[in-house]
Amino acid sequence: MAEDIGLMAHLMRRAGFGATYEELERRAEVGYEATVEELLHPEDQPELQMDVMNRYMHGWRDKQGLMANQGYWTYRMVNSPKQLEEKMCLFWHGIFCVGDSKCMRARQILIQLDKFRIQGFGNFETLLTYLATDPAMLYYLDNQLSHKEAVNENWGRELLELFSMGVGMDDHANYTEDDVKACAQAFTGWTIANAIPRYPYGSYANKFLYNQFDHIEEDKTFLGESGNFNGEDVIRIIAKHPATARFVSRHLYNYFVADEPQVPAWQSIPPKDPELIKALEDEYFRSGYEIRSMLRVLFNSDSFKNARFAKVKSPAEAVCGTIRLVGDFTTPNPRFYDPALEIGYMGQDLMNPPTVEGWHTGKEWIDSGTLVERINFAAGEMGKVNSTGIKQIIERIKSAGETISAEDLVKRCLEMLGGYELMEENQKLLVEHAATAASMNTKTDEFAQAVSQILQLIVSTQEYQFN
Amino acid sequence: MTSTQKDPVLVILQLSGGNDFMNTIIPYTNPLYYDNRPNVRISEDQVMPLNDELGFNPNMPEFKSLYEQGKVAIIQGVGYPKPNLSHFRSMDIWHTCEPEKLADEGWVGRAIRDLDPNKDNVLTGVNFGRGMPRAMAAPGVPVASVGNLETYGVLTSIEVEQERAQALDIFSRMYSPAMGHGPVVDYLSQTGMDALHGADILATAPGKYSSTVEYGDSSMSQYMRNIAQVHIANLGTRILYTTAPYNSFDTHATQMTAHAGLCTNVSRTVNDFYEDLKEHNASDNVLLLVFTEFGRRVHDNGSGTDHGSGGAAFVIGDAVKGGLYGEYPSLEEDKQSEGNLQFNNDFRGLYATLLEDWMGLDSKPIVNGGFEKLDFISKS
Repeated sequence: MAEDIGLMAHLMRRAGFGATYEELERRAEVGYEATVEELLHPEDQPELQMDVMNRYMHGWRDKQGLMANQGYWTYRMVNSPKQLEEKMCLFWHGIFCVGDSKCMRARQILIQLDKFRIQGFGNFETLLTYLATDPAMLYYLDNQLSHKEAVNENWGRELLELFSMGVGMDDHANYTEDDVKACAQAFTGWTIANAIPRYPYGSYANKFLYNQFDHIEEDKTFLGESGNFNGEDVIRIIAKHPATARFVSRHLYNYFVADEPQVPAWQSIPPKDPELIKALEDEYFRSGYEIRSMLRVLFNSDSFKNARFAKVKSPAEAVCGTIRLVGDFTTPNPRFYDPALEIGYMGQDLMNPPTVEGWHTGKEWIDSGTLVERINFAAGEMGKVNSTGIKQIIERIKSAGETISAEDLVKRCLEMLGGYELMEENQKLLVEHAATAASMNTKTDEFAQAVSQILQLIVSTQEYQFN
Repeated sequence: MTSTQKDPVLVILQLSGGNDFMNTIIPYTNPLYYDNRPNVRISEDQVMPLNDELGFNPNMPEFKSLYEQGKVAIIQGVGYPKPNLSHFRSMDIWHTCEPEKLADEGWVGRAIRDLDPNKDNVLTGVNFGRGMPRAMAAPGVPVASVGNLETYGVLTSIEVEQERAQALDIFSRMYSPAMGHGPVVDYLSQTGMDALHGADILATAPGKYSSTVEYGDSSMSQYMRNIAQVHIANLGTRILYTTAPYNSFDTHATQMTAHAGLCTNVSRTVNDFYEDLKEHNASDNVLLLVFTEFGRRVHDNGSGTDHGSGGAAFVIGDAVKGGLYGEYPSLEEDKQSEGNLQFNNDFRGLYATLLEDWMGLDSKPIVNGGFEKLDFISKS
């Protein structure tokens, strides 16, 4: 496999949800850096057309229930031309968790995700301010119930612990319990406006409301600074704190480059790649907290380019990545809810994370239960010999000549899926199996089945679980 | 150890989110309860008294009845020193028995290792639900994690039986532990093999089961039903675990409605589970532990309660000496710990009791030290 195509496959698996061999060839022509720039500017890419889907998938159009919304989002991840936009949307969703189990209406989370699509590449301080005024978030963490006379610390605590700084770094704590209290006090009065009655015109989205009469107007001390702080002040102080630069950098690294230990361990376990983390932290401050600039540094770094298969796929990556290769989730059909459900079975119930901590990543995606789900799903997809993607793979392998050796068949299949590399033992087992196949003659009817079998076995390997 | 011939079995039900002890077991004659809970309170006439001071939440009649039959030990004021009020950290502490430092080995995982050091049975420990709790994680210890008992199996997508058999043969050779490819690949290999073995055995459980008990629809109820199915199928499973999902016990807001539903569900589910086991003559070697990561703030916040400490755990079963253990933490302001109930009962002592007096294991290496045990297991 040509090196530039292998690298492109890596970039597209990370900055998107993977790509077919044809797309990789096209993109390799354009070049790596130009592709990175294209990915970084979704605003220049065409919108995903939903007209036909909305006509058939009424649930997707109405956006009133979790299951429909999960299906809609999964469709976007698979089909959106703005691949990095969806990837960033999922990134922020995994950090700034809200869940359908505690939400006024399912649609409210989609409204939040739309904001991540717009602001997810932008200034981090603005993004946090948006988050602090997002009705789904305020409700999820009870800030509408935090009052001058009865402060509710839920949002104030998680803003620091899970959304911006983390409990600690370099073996020290980043903030104290008093900082949590001051933070919660600064956000008193940040609430949700009374809902507009549903009848007669239907359901309305909730709106943010700042209630100055329910805000604690007094001096607070937060992270060493004192003043009559309001929420924006707290966010300003958070954004300029080195812990925030570290936290965002480590999250980007864990999501895009290689698996890090889980977030609570970051206080005592230093980053895997201190050099790249330092470069990202520097870029955070240099650019004035611009996420897009940090991503540019990340994707163009050697650490990133050399980190092929250094991450365990998340369920969304496992499902959407496989479907994009198979290409059978593009036009309406009755089994259109399945992909989203599969992501849930593998442990990532989109828009309904287990806790506000979000999903544990890396190796923790895998247990005997979820591994079985992954393998069964991916093998099932590779069995679809009549799908566009699998047909294309078969045609390309056929085009090599009238017969093909078992070694070459396995090798070509691995290439077509995006340059997967198998351990020696597994490669040998697959070649042995290919040699027993009914026909190595590419002109026979059975050949398609032989290719599909090899593909099914490849996606069942340990190696396919890595991104 | 125990009076039965059968191996002792431990079932664990985790109530995620921090269950409000004060509104589960209610100090209904204590004026301080009403002072501290102006809004989030159960009135005295609704409480179902268990003695002159304490009573059950009115939504838990089944629980009260089990208590009256002497099947429930209420472990009061359970916690650990220097309580941590983050859900995740506190749950981690309960899972790893390490309040001071981060650890990734779970107490249940260690217990499974001690119960089955040679890994003779990949189903010694089984988790029900999506994703494994950290309590069950220990390097090299196989634990099956079952999302759906009815459809559990590997490569079920291959419909032609002969092809599937061939594929499974290759699969088992690809995943045979040829270790040394790095910790993550090794982990994947081991997990794949465990899944393959476990699936074959577990697939037999639902077919062996029939019952007159009808469980509720919640995922907690359904998973408790799965636990009963696997236990009744006699697969040698010794520890079975499930979690009430979504941090649902995190009742910061509108607690009165939410908590009533939660209490109803727990009470009914536990009772259904117990009745189911009894119907199959399979209750005598089972203890059920119900726990949560912390209790909640003494004073309510107007609509709910914030994170606290000093919660309660329950142990239920035939071998339990029913009653109250430990002390109900004082509601006096000067005896609280920063507005929270002061724990008086280390959870590791509770674990030690279950591990030693029930499972017959040495608890010290599992819970990281020696802790005072409780006397809630009958040794008749």
